Amino acid sequence: MMKKNVKNILMSGVGGQGILRASDILSMVAMESGLDVKKSEVHGMAQRGGCVTSHVRYGQKVYSPIARKGDVDILVSFEKLETLRYMDYMKPEGLVIINEREICPPSVNLGISDYPHDIVGTVSSIFSAVKVVDAGRLAKEAGDVRAENTILLGVLSAYLRLEVPLWLKVICESFPPKFVETNLEAFHLGRASQEQASQ
Amino acid sequence: MNNIGGCVRMKVLMSGNEAIARGAYECGVRFVAGYPGTPSTEIVETFAQYQDVYAEWSPNEKVALESGIGAALAGARATVVMKHVGVNVAADPLFTVSYTGTNGALVIITADDPSLHSSQNEQDNRNYAKFAKIPMLEPSDSEEARRYIKIAFEMSEMFDTPVFLRTTTRVSHSKSIVYPEAPLSREDALRLEVNPGKYVMVPINARHRREEVEKRIQRLKDFAETFSENKMELNNTETGIITSGMSYNYAKDAFPDLSYLKLGMVYPLPVKMIKKFASEVRKLYVVEELDPYIEEQVMAMGIKVIGKEVFPYTGEFDPGVIAASMGGSKQPVPASLPDISIPPRPPNLCPGCPHRGLFYVLGKLNVFVSGDIGCYTLSYMKPLEGLHSCICMGASIGMAHGMSKALGEKGRGRVVGVIGDSTFIHSGITSLLNSVYNKSDIVIVICDNRTTAMTGMQEHPATGFTLSGERTKELDFSALASALGVENIRIIDPYDLKSTRTVMKEELSKPGPSLIISRRSCVLFKRREKELRVPMRVNPETCIGCKLCLGLGCPPISWVKDGMTAKKGKGKRKKQEGVAKIDQELCIGCTLCQQVCKTGAIIEVNAE
Repeated sequence: MMKKNVKNILMSGVGGQGILRASDILSMVAMESGLDVKKSEVHGMAQRGGCVTSHVRYGQKVYSPIARKGDVDILVSFEKLETLRYMDYMKPEGLVIINEREICPPSVNLGISDYPHDIVGTVSSIFSAVKVVDAGRLAKEAGDVRAENTILLGVLSAYLRLEVPLWLKVICESFPPKFVETNLEAFHLGRASQEQASQ
Repeated sequence: MNNIGGCVRMKVLMSGNEAIARGAYECGVRFVAGYPGTPSTEIVETFAQYQDVYAEWSPNEKVALESGIGAALAGARATVVMKHVGVNVAADPLFTVSYTGTNGALVIITADDPSLHSSQNEQDNRNYAKFAKIPMLEPSDSEEARRYIKIAFEMSEMFDTPVFLRTTTRVSHSKSIVYPEAPLSREDALRLEVNPGKYVMVPINARHRREEVEKRIQRLKDFAETFSENKMELNNTETGIITSGMSYNYAKDAFPDLSYLKLGMVYPLPVKMIKKFASEVRKLYVVEELDPYIEEQVMAMGIKVIGKEVFPYTGEFDPGVIAASMGGSKQPVPASLPDISIPPRPPNLCPGCPHRGLFYVLGKLNVFVSGDIGCYTLSYMKPLEGLHSCICMGASIGMAHGMSKALGEKGRGRVVGVIGDSTFIHSGITSLLNSVYNKSDIVIVICDNRTTAMTGMQEHPATGFTLSGERTKELDFSALASALGVENIRIIDPYDLKSTRTVMKEELSKPGPSLIISRRSCVLFKRREKELRVPMRVNPETCIGCKLCLGLGCPPISWVKDGMTAKKGKGKRKKQEGVAKIDQELCIGCTLCQQVCKTGAIIEVNAE
């Protein structure tokens, strides 16, 4: 069936982390690769510090812009706790990429509930493929703390069959000229972190 | 940007909203108006990028539609843009422009919000098409959105009728591949035409036009039978699905091999085509989100069909919902959720949000706060709990008035209506006038953050700028209220808790309506006051762990158990469990927490 060829990526995190731009970039790389692509997210209230998710689906032919539960190949969680919220979207054999960034929700700030402990351990007990990234540190290395989203794209790119020159082309077109250099560096650092890890 | 006129690429990734604007631009739209509302907002914003199109923000949807009718009557191609509940506001002119017809072209875009991602209800606006007898097209992705708005303009001219283009959140906000075309050059059809029999809807003329509406609907029904966007896909004689819009994609994803009748036009329906499709399959489903709108009409044709007996009435669908409702599809088995509690992450007022100070005060005054629609609606939540109702745009003042009249003496000094600056302009002005005219005993607060914040910083008549960024007259709320007859008018800075509380108490104690303008720019606003503010920190030695600052619900402030550097000291409590902490990267230095702290433990970052 056609839909078997569709790759499902889910990005999750908190408003302000650059998820929408990251999913735009991924989608454009897929499009530039000659594939059909759809992506979906909800704007509006979510911007005010709430949860943000973006679904990206690409392949020969894509109908639905949202993946169904149990069908996601790769979850990229820009915030650690947000990983847990979307586990049921994952295929059991799927890959989970977790950014170490912690952003406390209001109930944790108020001391009503605790930020869950050992999230990586919990996720690893369900999935065999888990990659943990300190995108904040790598972004600082790239020269801009705001480039965490591009770091995570670099990490993600190591697990996708989309060509690096296309990634670089789309990144160049996606940022104002003065931020292009930093974001290219961030992409390379993110990708290199996985290539080293797999050696 | 690669979607701006002039620089046309073969293939572009666009949201449904961007694609609608693109399509309208390509076919020579001359006039665009709308009021911001999720999920429709980006349509009007995208038009602002096309130099040759005149686009404007209207104060509300009714004004937008009336302006659009005027432009169409002058022979132009016009479109007006609103979210689903905006059509309620515009409903009065809507039902009668269906009688007059449009002369030029008028397309009304309604963006519905199944699942209420950012809305107060999830009404199904396909009902408006049937109710107002206006044809409705429904695209299922961005490329269709681009093409369908062109068809909508052509139909509007061909049938002399307004045409609806309906999207849902998933069509408006999903991105998919679009193939832009060069803009058409069109002949100038603009002219003033006087035709009172057609445009003066007094009873004698309207009765005649009423007949014309029925004739037009009959012509549209015939058109629907051969309309190229009503498409039959016969793949399977066992099961067929009638569907439209985004539901088509979900169904195709779950069941690619069934037969489909995909309706590009959902009003009026192609009766013969539906009967033919039904005869080709043994089992027939209607897959549609929200109301059984198509289902009931198909049933009325005497056709046996399965719809809401298996599909949900509420919420948006996805391929999983359809597969589960119909059965027979191999469902993926999701990974199990971890067995730990996950703290929720609701949206919250931003650090330094000017609404916080106002609602912190209101939440402690033992008053009923009749609320409205905007970011400040979020202050109903813990810990602020400073807002107690929210129905629709502009409702706050009228509701406060009715409540105070009903309560009489019991309500004196206890009813407050709060409304945002843009919302006040949208539909609060007449109810402010009413509160003066009918001698209301309420306090009305305009939460004036100088922009339309909730939908992403759109201009409005009190910002002094137009959609395209041009300078214009700036509405003066004080002068307006004064002209309406309000005698007590105060302006406060919500960053100053003490004076906010004092002014609020003073005005609550006075008879007659009072207006308080709580003025401070949204912290995300591009033109906000560029004052230098210093982030705060907590001195753990003097923090007594009283948690008063946490009562502001400000994102940078958190609670640290056992975070004390000194266990004993002046003011320290015997059983103190922790201290507050402020994230300096998030804090913008509004000083509210410093003002509520009773021990002086909150100080500027650099202070000793």
